[in-house]
Amino acid sequence: MSQATPHPAQPFEQPWHAAAFALTVHLHERGLFSWTEWADTLARALAADDRAGRLDGGDDYYTAWLAALQSLLEQNGIAGDDEISEMMAAWTEAYLATPHGSPVTLSPEG
Amino acid sequence: MPHDHHDQSPHSLLPSEPALRVKALETILVEKGLIDPAALDAIIDLYERDIGPQIGAGLVARAWVDPHFRTALLTDADKVITELGHGGRQGEHVVVVENTPETHNLVVCTLCSCYPWPLLGIPPGWYKSDSYRARAVREPRAVLAEFGVALAAGTSVRVWDSTAEIRYLVLPMRPEGSAHMDEAALAGLVTRDSMIGTGLPLPVGADK
Repeated sequence: MSQATPHPAQPFEQPWHAAAFALTVHLHERGLFSWTEWADTLARALAADDRAGRLDGGDDYYTAWLAALQSLLEQNGIAGDDEISEMMAAWTEAYLATPHGSPVTLSPEG
Repeated sequence: MPHDHHDQSPHSLLPSEPALRVKALETILVEKGLIDPAALDAIIDLYERDIGPQIGAGLVARAWVDPHFRTALLTDADKVITELGHGGRQGEHVVVVENTPETHNLVVCTLCSCYPWPLLGIPPGWYKSDSYRARAVREPRAVLAEFGVALAAGTSVRVWDSTAEIRYLVLPMRPEGSAHMDEAALAGLVTRDSMIGTGLPLPVGADK
């Protein structure tokens, strides 16, 4: 029945774009920051990006989006760069230690 | 190519740096009890499956056939949209701007990428690009020409800069020769770009 404009095939080019988007929307809905605060932080991150002026709105845009999210988490005392780097290292290790095809999980630390 | 070595058991494919970063953020936030993973999935599903330009197209088509609805939409879009269940989640206001033979409206967000998500879904890459964000204000006619929109000489262009608080939606002009079409068929002519201002509705007969 629908002759309406079809959906874009994929609103998000990469799963991590969608994940970064959802994290931000969810944290806002949980009251962690106002949307104005978010938009201001994102605008600053876009302007501060090394490639500012040439961002094509894809990966580079969501990279700035992540930088904005991280700076809000840091400002709010939720997670700092070190903690995030450590968690990234833990995930990297988990991926490298998991045979292809098996689910990758973080080993619980003692 | 380490994966080609037979003496090494191949490990899982390592995600990209930003993908790992998002994963790390999720883990940290879940551990701190600040997010609910199911809610994240629900948000992604919503934008991948349910919300898209067809919602805005429905509003436009209805405004074309129903003068009272058109007036209500142009006067207080928030009220109309909320009543229809398409209200925003960021507390934003939606303002609908109408194209006329005298004025063509073009929407941009010069600072980031504010966009009427509940009506149009996730913006296309070009809307978020630096080039569009900078040039839409500086040289809107050149941008429109690149999108294939040629305006009559007497039509002026008005550019609307969206913000976190106000998101704009363009109400395009009803295509000529569409008098016989009903609301559902008309909605099929309304493209996403025509509601941003970088396009016009499809001509009658071209929606198939």
